[in-house]
Amino acid sequence: MSDTFDVVIIGAGPGGYNCAIRCGQLGLKTAIIEKRKTLGGTCLNVGCIPSKAMLHASEIYAAARTEFADLGVEMSGVKLNLKQMMKQKADAVDGLTQGVAFLMKKNKVTVFSGTGRIDGPGRVVVKGADGEQVLNAKNIVIATGSEPASLPGIEIDEKRIVSSTGALSLEGVPRRLMVIGAGVIGLELGSVWGRLGSEVTVVEYLPRILPGADMEIARQSQRIFTKQGMTFKLSTKVTGIKKGSSGLTVSMKPSDGGAAEEVETDIVLVAIGRRPYTEGLGLESVGITPDKRGVIPNDHMRTSADGVWVIGDVTSGPMLAHKAEDEGAACAELIAGKAGHVDLGKIPGVVYTSPEIAWVGKTEEELKEEGRAYKVGKFPFSANSRARTNHQTDGLVKIIADAETDEILGAHMVGVGVGEMIAEICVAMEFGASSEDIARTSHAHPTMTEAVRQAAMGVEGWTMQM
Amino acid sequence: MVDITVPALGESVSEATVGSWKKAPGDRVERDEVIVELETDKVSVEVSALESGVLSDILVGEGETVEVGAVLGRIGSGAPASAGQDRTSAPSQWSQTQTKEERSPAASQPTGSDSTMDIKVPAMGESVTEGTLATWLVKPGQFVSQDDPVAEIETDKVAIEVPAPSSGTISELVVQEGETVEIGTIIARLGEGGSAAKAAPAAPAASPPPPPQPAPSSNGGQASAAVSPAVRRVTTEAGVSPSDISGSGRDGRVTKGDALKYVNEGGASAPAPARAEAPPAREPRNLGPREERVRMTRLRQTIARRLKEAQDTAAMLTTFNDVDMSAVMKMRKDYKDVFEKKHGVRLGFMSFFVKSCVAALKEIPNVNAEIDGTDIIYKNYYNGVAVGTDKGLVVPVVRDADTMTLAEIEADIARLGEMARDGKLSMEDLQGGTFTISNGGVYGSLMSTPILNPPQSGVLGMHRIEQRPVVIDGKVEVRPMMYLALSYDHRIVDGKEAVTFLVRVKEALEDPERMLLDV
Repeated sequence: MSDTFDVVIIGAGPGGYNCAIRCGQLGLKTAIIEKRKTLGGTCLNVGCIPSKAMLHASEIYAAARTEFADLGVEMSGVKLNLKQMMKQKADAVDGLTQGVAFLMKKNKVTVFSGTGRIDGPGRVVVKGADGEQVLNAKNIVIATGSEPASLPGIEIDEKRIVSSTGALSLEGVPRRLMVIGAGVIGLELGSVWGRLGSEVTVVEYLPRILPGADMEIARQSQRIFTKQGMTFKLSTKVTGIKKGSSGLTVSMKPSDGGAAEEVETDIVLVAIGRRPYTEGLGLESVGITPDKRGVIPNDHMRTSADGVWVIGDVTSGPMLAHKAEDEGAACAELIAGKAGHVDLGKIPGVVYTSPEIAWVGKTEEELKEEGRAYKVGKFPFSANSRARTNHQTDGLVKIIADAETDEILGAHMVGVGVGEMIAEICVAMEFGASSEDIARTSHAHPTMTEAVRQAAMGVEGWTMQM
Repeated sequence: MVDITVPALGESVSEATVGSWKKAPGDRVERDEVIVELETDKVSVEVSALESGVLSDILVGEGETVEVGAVLGRIGSGAPASAGQDRTSAPSQWSQTQTKEERSPAASQPTGSDSTMDIKVPAMGESVTEGTLATWLVKPGQFVSQDDPVAEIETDKVAIEVPAPSSGTISELVVQEGETVEIGTIIARLGEGGSAAKAAPAAPAASPPPPPQPAPSSNGGQASAAVSPAVRRVTTEAGVSPSDISGSGRDGRVTKGDALKYVNEGGASAPAPARAEAPPAREPRNLGPREERVRMTRLRQTIARRLKEAQDTAAMLTTFNDVDMSAVMKMRKDYKDVFEKKHGVRLGFMSFFVKSCVAALKEIPNVNAEIDGTDIIYKNYYNGVAVGTDKGLVVPVVRDADTMTLAEIEADIARLGEMARDGKLSMEDLQGGTFTISNGGVYGSLMSTPILNPPQSGVLGMHRIEQRPVVIDGKVEVRPMMYLALSYDHRIVDGKEAVTFLVRVKEALEDPERMLLDV
């Protein structure tokens, strides 16, 4: 059986399924191919969503044990029920993946279960449980996403040496957890298990955590996490892992040379990043060659092959679900002959630790490198009334603006709830707003968002509440 | 009870400022007696009583702005009840008609639906049927009080402000700046809060409109609803309009950077020429001792703005020459009496200048032309003469000067000059000039650089006649000499043309026979 579609999307993660919804809205005959049993991709099944379920639950558990008493709430016998915690996580994932299935139906998108492979221009083969099927496609959208990257010589078994996927489904709380890589995933999952009782050590090759984030924010965050009990071994390179009967022995040495050492642990989480996933995709059949990191290059989401588009982690730009979503929708609009556009410079990044870390736009380091003149305004949550009443005074807001035009170039925050607060800056930046625009916009009192306003005032030196 | 309404103002202008009340409430007034004086852009108008009686109410104070047809006051009992069959004075009759119309319920209703009202182009004078919407003074979403100016319409001669017919929120601007509009064209719509009667007169009865004020600060925010807070601050402080700034932001929005750049460059990137008026948000400065503040009359304001516009627009410069007036003076002396006897008008110098200029204009048509956008409009008619009045300079127009005799020209100038001094010129008398002659000589001026009267491209300055030694055929002789100045718009008139023009005028005056022979 063969069928002709306006658009065939390979991969039903946030990029793919949002592309499908938008295509459906725009009246395009659309198919989406997913090799997982459920829709939603890494994000819904083994990424953003389950990790947030664990972060939220573990945060409340930790708060009940260490913070409630300070607030005058006393309780005894607080106990972890990991099985229930995992179940509520699975419930959240199930609910949301079914939600995506409903959205496909609602927008008249045909879902094919199986592995998609491009078979020359305009042809996609779906290999499912009951054989192969050929789809004719006027447009093909590659949305195959990414997979965890590993270190040479280290095999991820998802039991004792795990990726983010395994780390979300450990059967018990390990006494010791070693996280390789101080990026977003490492810090989030390290936080989860740390709160549930593990001793967490984070090993990072670079001399800093959160590469890509603003340096000042990264340092502040590291101090906060250290205070929470996390141990950091920066500028350290992992050279191998020996599996023993009771534990793991991780060999490491300083990345700039020096004496090697061995550290015992129970579980190792490899979180050194993700790489584009294009295995068996048939790119050669349409003449697409990924670069050496496996990235499919794009020009406004067009690949080098006619009628073949690419969005999300598998192409260039930050590997973030919302970036993939935006590209999915914009790609659908471009296919429909409309004006889709995504500005990669205005995609926010959020680390869902406690407190959260969020940023958008340029860091101070990037601006220095560009030689661009800028001004900075900062405001610590310790001076924010709501943060003080909530006992959530860790962190700060930092806003960077052009020295001449005052246009906001970037914002960097660490603090409770900053993942929500960054949206304000994103809107402002999309409209080319200045720091003064935010400084002159009313913010409710008492809220954490007042810190954003005060930081904006600080850009031109008129912070009022400090 | 009889209403005193604003008459047609020479059937030319849409609004006026109340100058002075000649009567106080309670005063007895006779029919046709002057009760109040109004000032308009161009002329003063006296409003007379329609009936005898007692002035019972003054509804509009001195200095306030009123529209044609607005009720200024009321005359009470003592008036005969007879219908005004015998009213003869045109303005009075007209205003009475208006009053009746406005009292009828139909005319008092908003022209649109219940919630919106159309703002239309008002009458701009008999001969003026269209103008250009020059500037919007409001934005959609902005609240306006009744009588607030919402737009400026430029006609050939004057800028007319279109007042809001009622208080409300501007819901839509129908016409873009620069578009041509005719009388009655709907230029904007006014929503909500516009439920008050359209007829301006109805409202003042209950509460007289407040005197015009600089934009209140609370309006500032509403006025710029679509402008970001920082842009609003920068533009307000600098006294510039965000709408003049071209935006680099999303969908062309103005960012703070755009506003700072605009202000720092002195508004150089403005698409429209800067207006000569004071910045809108400027606070009036405090008066020092021995200083007095007097509001400029509308006429003075108009003159100020128009003169500045001329300087801002034209590439203006002046060329000079001198003329030996012996021949004209001799001719005038020889024929003065017989001329006056025959034509009933004195033979002056002006007619000679008009004639010689017409001849020169025919030879150099660019001086008689105007620039319209990227086009030049040549005119095959020749009009114009400036007359100074004690209220300021006005320029009544001598029409078709090329077809007139010297006597006709003299008679026309005399008539217009008298009307100007009496403030009786109508809009009609002021429109359609193609070239201006300004005689500063009557005040003793030796030399001047006159300013163009847009959209004209030339103005001749006459000066005093003075006995001066000049060299003629190698001998020093004393001759009655006058300096001539021609200011011209160099965008359209070349230097050679301007100089040639003056030389032709000089030749004709020094040898009047040339005019007779057309050489």
